[in-house]
Amino acid sequence: MNGAIDIGGISEVLPPASSAESEKTVLDHIHSWLVTVDHKKLGLMYIMYGLVFFVIAGLEATAIRIQIAWPNLHIISPQAFNQLFTMHGTTMVFLVGMPLIFGFGNYLVPLMIGARDLAFPRLNAFGLWLSVFGGLLLYFSLIGGEGMTGAGGAPDVGWFAYAPLTGKAFSKGHSTDYWTLGIMVGGFGSIATASNLITTILCMRCRGMTLLKMPLVSWLNLIMSGMVLIVVSPLTAAQIMLLLDRFAGSHFFDTQAGGSAVLWMHFFWIFGHPEVYVLMIPAFAWASEIIPVFSRKAIFGYPVMVGATCAIGFVSLSVWAHHMFTVGMTSTGNTFFVASTMMVGVPTGIKIFNWLGTMWGGKLRFATPMLFSIAFLFQFLIAGLTGIMLAAAPWDWQLNDSYFLVAHFHYVLVGALVFMIFAAVYYWFPKASGRLLSERLGKWHFWLFLIGFHVTFDTMHLPGLLGMPRRIYTFEAGRGWALLNLICTIGVAFQIAATLIFVFNVLLSLRKGKPAGNDPWDAWTLEWSTSSPPPEYNFPEIPTVKSRRPLWDIKHPTDPDWKYE
Amino acid sequence: MNATTATISFEPKTTWTPSKGVVGMTCLIIAESAIFMIFVVAYLFYLGKSLSGPTPQQVLELPILNTICLLSSSVTITFALRALRGGETKRFSYWWLATIALGAYFLFGTGYEWHRLIYEKGLSIKTNLFGTTFYSLVGLHASHVVIGLVALLIVMAFAIGGSIKKAHAERVHVLALYWHFVDTVWIVVFTVVYIIGR
Repeated sequence: MNGAIDIGGISEVLPPASSAESEKTVLDHIHSWLVTVDHKKLGLMYIMYGLVFFVIAGLEATAIRIQIAWPNLHIISPQAFNQLFTMHGTTMVFLVGMPLIFGFGNYLVPLMIGARDLAFPRLNAFGLWLSVFGGLLLYFSLIGGEGMTGAGGAPDVGWFAYAPLTGKAFSKGHSTDYWTLGIMVGGFGSIATASNLITTILCMRCRGMTLLKMPLVSWLNLIMSGMVLIVVSPLTAAQIMLLLDRFAGSHFFDTQAGGSAVLWMHFFWIFGHPEVYVLMIPAFAWASEIIPVFSRKAIFGYPVMVGATCAIGFVSLSVWAHHMFTVGMTSTGNTFFVASTMMVGVPTGIKIFNWLGTMWGGKLRFATPMLFSIAFLFQFLIAGLTGIMLAAAPWDWQLNDSYFLVAHFHYVLVGALVFMIFAAVYYWFPKASGRLLSERLGKWHFWLFLIGFHVTFDTMHLPGLLGMPRRIYTFEAGRGWALLNLICTIGVAFQIAATLIFVFNVLLSLRKGKPAGNDPWDAWTLEWSTSSPPPEYNFPEIPTVKSRRPLWDIKHPTDPDWKYE
Repeated sequence: MNATTATISFEPKTTWTPSKGVVGMTCLIIAESAIFMIFVVAYLFYLGKSLSGPTPQQVLELPILNTICLLSSSVTITFALRALRGGETKRFSYWWLATIALGAYFLFGTGYEWHRLIYEKGLSIKTNLFGTTFYSLVGLHASHVVIGLVALLIVMAFAIGGSIKKAHAERVHVLALYWHFVDTVWIVVFTVVYIIGR
């Protein structure tokens, strides 16, 4: 596997930093990051921001797991427990998922389409700092806001903040306002960055790169960004309404004055469900880049991948009310949302077969990014299957808001998304830093995380089936949940150990990692044609491409791809 | 690196690519439309569900003159843009000023309507669901008119300073797109609030 690093003969060790560079003080460096409009630096800041909050939200989850590891524990207070699950969910979706996907989009899209930056670099910086401000606002609530219980501290209304709990009468103090404003501000940042990515992809592709010659990463980022425009806005609208309710005395979600709590649910999930796909589509994108490179084959069924992603984008806009089967809709309503939800499984299944088809007959190299991608394939399949189960309304009536549901969506967001985030970090870290991450530590990271993930989340389905509801502070002995919960919590220890190894690996490899050269994986897309890390202008000269795998064409001039496409 | 340079050729760029400004503005318009859509849905959903008066039938009057002003401002901004593209900057300024005047009159009309509703008819955002949805939907639109007017005024200031030239037509065009969007939304708001809702 390591032998592949030298293939192609275009590996090139970085030139040493110039002396002017080394004379810069620490303050100069910080200043240059704060004022930058370079898509690579902004992308890396998005990713670092996401990873920092990933650790914070992970620690919150750990506290939750310890509290419910065994019956009748009182390690943290019930108030703190409510705050923890609210902050864990909110942080993971808005301060981990969104920054990470936008970070990778920011970093990769211009490099992959042969552009020098995004279309609006200053808007890009604006989007990042809005997101950061939103995140800080949310966490400022820890010292600034009083919650439902008046105890002070973080929001405690759950990550989907159902009405009328969020009304002034039930949510006193300002913690709910911090929740609303923090997410709304971050949402504006998301819309800015999504517009930026769309404009870049539509207007700034290099010569020869028609839409159907784009790498799948930019295709899927285009679709994801389009979805962000349509699905983040309804949440913004709903939050404007909530703020009006709380500050101007309007009655949108005020049931006393005829307002409807169900309307909030609809508005939230019109955002909330497609949001899952907003997060997952970039993960699909990375898989579609990593799996072919480590199978030594071009992606199987490229146009079908594009079509299937478009289909996921469209269909996922009409499935939101499957979160509301237990609220009580008409049977026509139920039937529609059952059918549409199951329909999303079709294009998703097509994608899984395409990835398998890519691996089939390929010369597989089990480097760390590939290991994470293979685990992703398997886990995403299982997550999809439990998703189909929950899509059936009668099954959902039984298991909605149970730990089965919690296990299902953690299978999606951890088993698929987090695994692909790790894969993407291992894969593109050499490009961004010029150094490879340690494979040995990477394998330790992978196996420990895999074990921890399965111990925790496979087991978590069972207490759900046995009737354990989510968000309970503690439970009595003798219900058959005790041992299962203990096993779930033990799995967390493995995940923490794995994450520590990952952090250590990043810090160590930044200083002492093996120099990566331009193209350590013998890959085919344009980002690997420039130096690692790329110069500020990305490409000395804007490349011209003739096929979907421009670097393959360069490395194999006698057998180029464009002859077959 | 030499690998990259090997691919460089200097063929003329033949493929057409859309203007960045137009695409970016279109994205903003799509996102904004989604926000308005949610407010429109809320308005329609709560129609006739207020627990107390006043009702739309009792207090709303058709803002005909207002509507005529706002919609015609879309026409004047088009004339302004056409003048700018032809290089007639003076003519551009006049049409631009007319657009601002029409927009400002619309805002004044809305303010007058709200004043009448609040002080004569006793309808505020707190009164009932009609008040809640009416002020938020119309107010959301009015706030977009305010943002548009601020942008138009900035361009006007540059025009008075003499620094708007034919070369800026593309940028002015992008701003005009936003203004057209604000006007189009008014057609929807007008239909929902004053025709369906009354």
